[in-house]
Amino acid sequence: MSALRESLGFLTSRLRQVGIFVALILIVLLFQVLTDGILLQPQNVTNLVVQNSYILILAIGMVMVIIAGHIDLSVGSIAGFIGAVSGVMIVHWGWAWWIAIPACLLVGALVGAWQGYWIAYVGIPAFIVTLAGMLIFRGLTLITLKNQQITPFPDELRALGGGFLPDISGGTSVLEWLTVILGVGGTAAILFQSIKERRVRRKFNLENEPMAWFATKTAFIAVLMLTITFLLASYRGTPIVLIVLAVLVIAYSALMSNSIFGRHTYAIGGNLHAAELSGIKTKAVTFRLFVNMGVLAALAGLVFTARLNSAQPAGGTGFELDSIAAAFIGGAAVQGGIGTVAGAMIGGLIMGVLNNGMSILGLGTDYQQLIKGLVLLLAVGFDIFNKNRSGGGSTIAKRFKWKTAPSDSAEEPRPAAKTPAAVAAVASPAGAEPVGAQPVGAVENH
Amino acid sequence: MNVPILQMRGITKTFPGVKALQDVTLDVNRGEVHAICGENGAGKSTLMKVLSGVYPHNTFDGDILFENEPCDFSTISDSEKRGIVIIHQELALSPYLSIAENIFLGNELASRGWVDWRKTNLEAAKLLARVGLSENPVTPIQHISVGKQQLVEIAKALSKEVKLLILDEPTAALNDEDSGHLLDLILHLKGQGVTSIIISHKLNEIRKVADAVTIIRDGRTIETLRLDQGQITQERIIRGMVGRDLESLYPERTPSIGEEVLRIEDWTVQHPQDHTRTVVHNASLNVRKGEVVGLAGLMGAGRTELAMSVFGRTYGRAVSGKVFKHGQEINTSTVSEAIRHGLAYATEDRKHYGLNLIEDIKRNVSMAALRKLAKRGWVDRNEETIVANRYRTSMNIKAPSVAAITGKLSGGNQQKVVLSKWMFSDPDVLILDEPTRGIDVGAKFEIYTIIAELAAEGKAVIVISSELPELLGICDRIYTLSAGHITGEVPIAEATQESLMHYMTQEKE
Repeated sequence: MSALRESLGFLTSRLRQVGIFVALILIVLLFQVLTDGILLQPQNVTNLVVQNSYILILAIGMVMVIIAGHIDLSVGSIAGFIGAVSGVMIVHWGWAWWIAIPACLLVGALVGAWQGYWIAYVGIPAFIVTLAGMLIFRGLTLITLKNQQITPFPDELRALGGGFLPDISGGTSVLEWLTVILGVGGTAAILFQSIKERRVRRKFNLENEPMAWFATKTAFIAVLMLTITFLLASYRGTPIVLIVLAVLVIAYSALMSNSIFGRHTYAIGGNLHAAELSGIKTKAVTFRLFVNMGVLAALAGLVFTARLNSAQPAGGTGFELDSIAAAFIGGAAVQGGIGTVAGAMIGGLIMGVLNNGMSILGLGTDYQQLIKGLVLLLAVGFDIFNKNRSGGGSTIAKRFKWKTAPSDSAEEPRPAAKTPAAVAAVASPAGAEPVGAQPVGAVENH
Repeated sequence: MNVPILQMRGITKTFPGVKALQDVTLDVNRGEVHAICGENGAGKSTLMKVLSGVYPHNTFDGDILFENEPCDFSTISDSEKRGIVIIHQELALSPYLSIAENIFLGNELASRGWVDWRKTNLEAAKLLARVGLSENPVTPIQHISVGKQQLVEIAKALSKEVKLLILDEPTAALNDEDSGHLLDLILHLKGQGVTSIIISHKLNEIRKVADAVTIIRDGRTIETLRLDQGQITQERIIRGMVGRDLESLYPERTPSIGEEVLRIEDWTVQHPQDHTRTVVHNASLNVRKGEVVGLAGLMGAGRTELAMSVFGRTYGRAVSGKVFKHGQEINTSTVSEAIRHGLAYATEDRKHYGLNLIEDIKRNVSMAALRKLAKRGWVDRNEETIVANRYRTSMNIKAPSVAAITGKLSGGNQQKVVLSKWMFSDPDVLILDEPTRGIDVGAKFEIYTIIAELAAEGKAVIVISSELPELLGICDRIYTLSAGHITGEVPIAEATQESLMHYMTQEKE
């Protein structure tokens, strides 16, 4: 009984993460019913992954930029521009894909360096620089393409957008075995890792997660991962872009929570002056964040172009808004300092499922936009409401919130944090990851 | 004369997991200056927020009677309508608006939605005269000093026909002269029938103005001392606040001073915006191993500017001069260079420059020396928690765990986090800028003890402080600054408040 209460208490302390995750599940279930089961058919699940991959790739970079207290409005135009560049390189100049892809990523890095220079070293607000960039790179896209689409691309590049890992059973089996192996292996790896991390935390007496909660959570992840594995395996197997995305999510989650660079990013967003006076090279960090964003935007542009098999003048239009929405739905704070890569992935998936589900239902873009807008508003509104409820609302209230330090300052650590900010800060990379992270975890190990 | 204007009875206010106030009683008589004393975190500000309606009437237990009528305020404007005005520690003025606009902000003199500028400026001028300011009401707020801004806040309160004025640490950011003005004004207003409640840490101020002192400790009323009964003495207030007698305000230490660690020569700094102003002129000073050196000076003397320009040029432009460590010239032109050479600077402004308030204790502690916890760019978070826990214990940081958000800690505990951060960077020279500002007596003693321990470990410590008794209590040698010049260097044996003040006000041509 007390274990249950303890778990519930822990749950409320992580309301934001749990909430966003539950929201995703509810939306999936809703559309599963509304579409008579089409949503979770193997083919559609595969589509969902492939269709949203480039937004998710952008959302990784975007949430990092937002954590540092900036914004990037230009990523859609950059993605379009890189699509155009790849078209010229591959189709017109006949470059091999293995030269063209690194070359495109390099162009993306240069574009990011251009913007990062103005933002970090000249000191123009990112909103202005990237608004300018949105126009500049859209213009360059049109110039590069001479207002005409470039097509077709060779199969090797197209695989990046719509390709699958090879079927090792040669098409004779109902399930695609390579996917099953990856999925089961990934699940085992996650289980092993969470248990190991929990053990380490116990050893250092840092554990604050009730056993019942840990068990439920871990079991849930495992079931979810195996379900997705099964769904993918019963269609055409693992999309190549999913592997790319999984590697990115794992790498960037680790980067943001465990590396000096990631921690400096949070510090800059939380209090720029304090970060500067602590010897953090704030300009260099900001510059690198935008270079990184440029590279990820380039990758997204390549994936998008590969999927469409054409570089188009309007390619990437509106991507910036979807990726910004994903980051905010996923719990990032407008003023910076708060947010997670995993959260942004959930945010992106919510947007993706909404898009996909409404398209299946035959709703027009008019209603789709209306509903997506409302979801963004509600998600962030819930955040604010939740913060106020836990007493951290207005800045005035914040100043006095905890003047009386509890006299019984407990020896063993317990979750003192009530706000999402706090939770995000406390959450450790994998084991104590916010629940919101799990479906991504589920996807990432295929 | 002893007519009660305000009676607060049995006030209990609970935050999730914390009882901030427990059965607090406060009686304020009409026309008196009533001081509220207590350590940071004792619940003084919470009590004032209860009174002024920041916390609506149904979020706490207990009764408030103002002029013998019950109060059930839901917002600040409800309490202002009854004549209760609170002035917060951080001023709530809009820097780009004029003095007059600020005074009538939210309360504009207007007819049918259009501001009557003539009346606004005229009335503002009258109010300014009442608080003893001769400034032009159209002057933008950012162009007047903090001391005057504080007076504008009071003028603003007067415009609301204030009966009970609440001042939350009004002199925390003021120099002695401005503090003196402010206290005189409070006494002057008292003569006009305005009752004041003043929250303050400065016991000499309380002795100067207060007719009564209510002491709050751990969310409870300890006692109310009355001047007319001869109860207001420093010893008694301190005893009430900390619950024990402070035999000494400063820890005993026997300095063991070694060779010179840091020397600054001919340091000159220009104002970052105004190129005609030189903020620090040819300053030279040194500090030795195990020594605590004080930097005394009035506001605007250039102490913080000197320290910050040395620490990675974080202040000023056209900085010139040399810094030597152990006799070798070093480059301190960026913060990371300065840290690499073993310098640390703990800012006077914790909230804006010292802490990431939305992050927890451990991440703040590790912020300046994350590399020490990392291998090849990856941070060992278990080690980080262990380190933070070590400082939480050794510095006596009162928090449930190192995962507590620093924005929620009291000023003293926040300061301990800032000190932990710099101690973890393992510097040879620590520059502590106003290390005890806004901190209660008990925590101050702890900070002094930490400083003494750092010196005993062989660190060189430079302390910047506006409180002369503090410098006299902890330093081995004191430099005085006046208008950017170093005007004196006084060994502790020869230093007195009078001699220091003499140097601090000395003009150099």
